[in-house]
Amino acid sequence: MSIAQTDVLIVGAGPAGLASAIQLKRQGVARVTVVDREPEAGGMPRLCHHTGFGVWDFHRLYTGPQYARRYVALARELDVELLTETTIIGWHSERALTFTSPRGLGAIEARAILLATGVRERPRAARLVPGYRPRGVFTTGSLQRFVDEEHLPVGRRAVIVGAEGVSLSAFMTLTGAGVAVAAMITEFPRDQLYFPYAPAKWWLMHVRHPTPIRTSTRVTRILGRKRVEGVEVESLSTGQRQVIPCDTVVFTGDWIPEYEVARKGELTMDAGTKGPRVDGQFRTSAPGVFAAGNLLRGAETAATSAMEGRFAAGHIADFLAGRAWPRRRLPILPQSPIIWVFPNTISDSDDPTRLKRVTFRVAKFIDDAVVQVRQGHKVLHEQRFRHLLPNETMGMKGNWLARVDFNGDPPQVILAG
Amino acid sequence: MQKTYDVAIIGAGAVGTAIARELSRYKLNTILLEAKPDVGMGTTKANTAIWHTGFDAQPGTLEAQLLRRSYALMQDYVPEAGIPTEPLGGLLVAWNEEQRQALPALRDRAHANGVTDVRIISPEEVYRLEPNLNQGARGGLFVPGESLICPFTLPLAFATQALLNGVTLKLNFPVQNVRQGEGVTLVEGPEETVRARYLVNAAGLYSDEIDHMLGHYDFTVTPRRGELIVYDKFARSLVNHIILPVPTAKTKGVLISPTVYGNVLLGPTAEDLEDKTNTATSEAGLAMLLEKGRAILPRLLDEEVTATYAGLRAATEHKDYQIRLHGDQRYVCVGGIRSTGVSAAMGIAEYVGELLAEAGLTLLPKPEFKTIRMPNIGEAGPRPYQQPERIAQNPDYGRMVCHCEKVSLGEILDAIHSPLPARTLDGLRRRTRAMQGRCQGFNCQAHITAILARETGQSPRFLLSLDVAKELPS
Repeated sequence: MSIAQTDVLIVGAGPAGLASAIQLKRQGVARVTVVDREPEAGGMPRLCHHTGFGVWDFHRLYTGPQYARRYVALARELDVELLTETTIIGWHSERALTFTSPRGLGAIEARAILLATGVRERPRAARLVPGYRPRGVFTTGSLQRFVDEEHLPVGRRAVIVGAEGVSLSAFMTLTGAGVAVAAMITEFPRDQLYFPYAPAKWWLMHVRHPTPIRTSTRVTRILGRKRVEGVEVESLSTGQRQVIPCDTVVFTGDWIPEYEVARKGELTMDAGTKGPRVDGQFRTSAPGVFAAGNLLRGAETAATSAMEGRFAAGHIADFLAGRAWPRRRLPILPQSPIIWVFPNTISDSDDPTRLKRVTFRVAKFIDDAVVQVRQGHKVLHEQRFRHLLPNETMGMKGNWLARVDFNGDPPQVILAG
Repeated sequence: MQKTYDVAIIGAGAVGTAIARELSRYKLNTILLEAKPDVGMGTTKANTAIWHTGFDAQPGTLEAQLLRRSYALMQDYVPEAGIPTEPLGGLLVAWNEEQRQALPALRDRAHANGVTDVRIISPEEVYRLEPNLNQGARGGLFVPGESLICPFTLPLAFATQALLNGVTLKLNFPVQNVRQGEGVTLVEGPEETVRARYLVNAAGLYSDEIDHMLGHYDFTVTPRRGELIVYDKFARSLVNHIILPVPTAKTKGVLISPTVYGNVLLGPTAEDLEDKTNTATSEAGLAMLLEKGRAILPRLLDEEVTATYAGLRAATEHKDYQIRLHGDQRYVCVGGIRSTGVSAAMGIAEYVGELLAEAGLTLLPKPEFKTIRMPNIGEAGPRPYQQPERIAQNPDYGRMVCHCEKVSLGEILDAIHSPLPARTLDGLRRRTRAMQGRCQGFNCQAHITAILARETGQSPRFLLSLDVAKELPS
């Protein structure tokens, strides 16, 4: 097998991977290679044929495909090596990955690796929704590929499972394809279409296509044998069940990182995010291997992923310039109902003053919450929140990171009151 | 004058296709009739995907005899035809005293069935073989000969080989009636009638109904639903063997087994139903499996679920296969094959050949019997994406369409243009593994639908069953 050499090998040509590659080039790294398994670079924004992209990174409003093209063009201008239709199949050594492609098999060895393999939505089976297995069951991603990539028909009447940002994306794709939306359903007592989605929700779901959002409701069964004929839903408050007739169901959100390459490399994984554990400099448990973007913790916006990719690039460049890999790492552990914390690792060589903010997510709506960070019996930090919201990334101050004792237990992030 | 076949076989599951293949060795005109649009669509496709030794069959039964015969025949056939398999061995784990005390009788039964390498092992050895098992195992029974097999490739191999050796296959042919004429049997479908001198009924769940059409009421098929959960490939390293329950009078346990595709199966449930088409999973069934799975292999539940499915076994009121020759009618009924059809199919086929000969059918071997080699979709052998020489010949083998299962465009096109072509998304799934991985088609289903529509000239609306839905409120 031939082994190609590069300085930085990036897996995944979405916003995180491309933004990182561009920044690495700008910082003077000679050889940057980005591989992607898809025939086209650009990542998930290629599938989102609606507007809302680019404000943070380009100070312009783009559709997803325009935004993706902009990143690809920038990467090409800066001479980033882009290898599409290139699927990573394993680790050749500590810092070399093997791939398969129409050009054959090979390996690429790098001085540093960045994993930016993104995320997917949990499909119906992984959510253990019982019933038959008829056609007409989608995730937002598969729906968008049907409508915008292959221009295939989807159905006439749909139910959207989930009521968060991505669910609105599914709503736009469906209504744009002429599919009526019977209802959006969520297990939470309120929808999670917070700012900036709220105005779009009002315009799309109240004015243009009046659509009920059924809260405190879960899907209990899919009906139909060949094609979906309806979904059975249960009200969590009354226990009553009812069938909503439809020929299409879209399961949205419920993100799971695409961790295949990370786990094949036996990186330490985080039980909360399901992604690889990284410290504030995007360093995983394997020396020279970084991770950024939605692989880390489910989906944030393209801009957040791009920003992370760009920040990771700075740390990768420092590593190439000789900065030592941390010797000691402590995980930061969330306790239910806090689902995950990010970063989920603190390293002895982190510069805590650079991390102004630690983010986290919770599993439900909580009012008047007190979030504490404890290490052993010591309270490192305490912060009050008027509202904690599910399916929304919350932020807390990061100054407590400087107070972590590396000889102590892993810090725990808990809900105190 | 319409053609009269020598033999008509009703049902193209594991058993029917194996019989078709067996008869294709001889100078016969054989026709294989299947109600569904593809072969292997019934009990064959939704089971535990295990190639059984027959160690626990009731000694002296036809099932025990044919399982053993089939096991021997498959030793040659499975490698010859390239059926994905992994010889992992089975491990029955006793979790309580009652189960532990049942082990010697099970061992003796295995030995009586000729499976002489079965032995009782200590709790220490159980944990040496399966370190991730939950605490509390009291001992086990090790069955070295149990293997994993691909239940999709096996009937496709039988049917493809039968086709190559001259058998006619008619899909979408639900038998509506069977009539007996002078020396000939008329098998009526919705649009045409097939004439054959001899008839074999391998209709699985519907074998009792076909049997009734010929005037026999020897057994009744009760569909026994088994629900299963398929875990992500990252669960594969948790399990080394097929972990089987110890059957006792009171409990019917579930098994945990790797698959040849590198996943881990948990199941099945066992629930007698009335509806022979009810292959839906249920809330109670899935909840029960999770509870059992947690009790056997706690870490399994930390991994993602890839798929859930349910299959129906053709159980009857009898404890043995219902294979009977009705010589006067030139008819062989092959019913009640329960849950061992994949493992016993080759033995059953040979036996059915003998019964047909006994009824007067002349079996003259053909000078040439063509062999086949199936595409490998298992993890134990090389897949096209791993083979530089194949990609060099055809770059489409390096062009991934289904990323989760690493299925290439080349394999998809091969399956669509094979001698027994995939005509449906489901047919492609079973031939290539595409859309069966952890994303369940999130990335590839649209693309594959477009490819299938383009290559076969079928409309996407048809492939997606868009026009079968009932009236919907506007």
